[in-house]
Amino acid sequence: MDLLLDAVVIGVLLGCFYGAVSLGLSVSFGLLDVPHVAHPAFLVLASYMVYFLNEHYAIDPLVAGLLITPLLFVFGLAAYRLYYETFERRGSDAGVRGIAFFFGVAFIIEVLIILQFGVDQRSVTADYVGKALRLGELRIPYRLLVAFAVAAALTILLTLYLSRTFMGRAIRAVAQDQEALRLMGTNPIRIKQWAFGIATAVLGVAGALLIIVAPVDPTLDRAYIGRTFCVVVMAGLGSMSGTLVAAIILGVAESIVLTMFGASWAPAISFAMLLGVLAVRPQGLFGRR
Amino acid sequence: MMKRNGIAFWIGAAVFLGAAFVMTKVVANQYPFFAGYVILQFIALAVAWSILGGYAGYVNFGTSAFYGVGVYTSVFLVQAFGAPLLVQIATAAAIGALMGFALGLLTLRMQGIFFSIATIALTIIIETAVTNWRFVGGAAGIQIQRPPVTPPFDNYVQMLFFIQALLVVLAVAISRYIQNSWIGRGLQALRDDELAAECSGVPTLRLKLLACVISGALLCAIGAPAAMYLQYADPASAFNLNYSVSTLAMSLIGGTAHWSGPIIGAILLSTTQQLLTVTISSEVNVLVLGVMLVLFVVGAPEGIMGLISRLRRSRKEGEA
Repeated sequence: MDLLLDAVVIGVLLGCFYGAVSLGLSVSFGLLDVPHVAHPAFLVLASYMVYFLNEHYAIDPLVAGLLITPLLFVFGLAAYRLYYETFERRGSDAGVRGIAFFFGVAFIIEVLIILQFGVDQRSVTADYVGKALRLGELRIPYRLLVAFAVAAALTILLTLYLSRTFMGRAIRAVAQDQEALRLMGTNPIRIKQWAFGIATAVLGVAGALLIIVAPVDPTLDRAYIGRTFCVVVMAGLGSMSGTLVAAIILGVAESIVLTMFGASWAPAISFAMLLGVLAVRPQGLFGRR
Repeated sequence: MMKRNGIAFWIGAAVFLGAAFVMTKVVANQYPFFAGYVILQFIALAVAWSILGGYAGYVNFGTSAFYGVGVYTSVFLVQAFGAPLLVQIATAAAIGALMGFALGLLTLRMQGIFFSIATIALTIIIETAVTNWRFVGGAAGIQIQRPPVTPPFDNYVQMLFFIQALLVVLAVAISRYIQNSWIGRGLQALRDDELAAECSGVPTLRLKLLACVISGALLCAIGAPAAMYLQYADPASAFNLNYSVSTLAMSLIGGTAHWSGPIIGAILLSTTQQLLTVTISSEVNVLVLGVMLVLFVVGAPEGIMGLISRLRRSRKEGEA
């Protein structure tokens, strides 16, 4: 029983972290319909940037994550431009060729990381990495608590941004009806580009969390394809609060399976849930369709 | 016209197989067979993939799932019964057909990118199940004893090379037949607009199931000899996502509108990769894969076949 409670608590914390790394995809895939399978590769890339800053300049990983955010934002703007010019504007087959395109990009990022940093696992050093909080029988690593707090803050910020600010509402409007925006005299592509920039910028802090929670290696993105897409699809495309709930469900499920059956079954959990959701309830738990 | 094309095709296939056989008798160096096997395997994979991915437009990222299941069918049969190679391949094809049928049922509920993501999910789930299956070695992998070689071959790798050449011919012949028959036209119709095809009386579900079963059976059969080729199998490499993306890249690079497109793409990409693996490293291999995929998807969406036909068309317009 204690073991189960332990698994659930860890699972909730882990789930919030999964929510944070899926937020960007929730915007790019959920709202903008971009088949962004390179999202996890971008995430791992951000982790390596954080690792670099932490290793060479002893900057706290979270601060490092914030420092690279503007860089990632610009990177996101450029990536969407390229995607738009080559796929969306031509129209036909954008989904199929888009997913092939992003797989290519993901592989390129993987290899560039390997060439630069090697295939070994990398981790960061900070005060909260490696220690644990004791609550009676319960032992909670500080790194998970940090990830939990930052993830929650990030989700709330992005939710507020999308619902309260002018630009955020414009992003949701473009997701609902692009043509209507064009008729109102705005340029929907500019708004989508901005949204994609935001989706990529969020990866700065998310990448920091990724390397805080566990060491990273260059091919880690493959495991996170399942987790992030599972979360976003289960949430219902484009729902931010849904993303958090779905991520917690995934986190708890993974954590329980990990405790009961061992780590070797863990990779299948997210993909099995993804498949289940796609087959039974394709619109997700909080779907807009 | 059709008839003459058919004769030319079968003569070409016979010459190809004859050359492959003569090669096993004449060439003493083992390396060409090792490298050639991999290239032939990718040609066959790309052609088999295109039956569903190209003609029907359902982008299957589960090539690794079928390939890996093929590999592990062989592993299981050898471990349990010491089954000969042909039995392994035939069984793998049967299992692949069943898997293909299941995949075909998935298309009922999912299209486009959701179908693609579901196929990735399937790959990882099957990989995890195999990883936890002790009998076939689990995560650590397993060493495999090859059964004795069958005459007229006197070396196992040479035999595998020839069998893979046979599989290439089989895959190409099936793909070519489908393209020229009502099945191919039906698939093309549902690729362009599934609803419109259904409305005009194209039996879309039956066609999709057929394409999935044929493609799946071939992909599994092609994977089966790989266990004997490496004399070793482990889940992480047998189900590696690289197979999925390589196969997709080769088909897209060659062009999927015609059966010869995937062959051209596979020869181009896998030969480059073989050369690079020897001269530089296997990481660069993946880099080349990524770069070529991005370049072609961005610059030549119809692949090499598309480039050629565009070139022809503009020359014709120039003459007229």
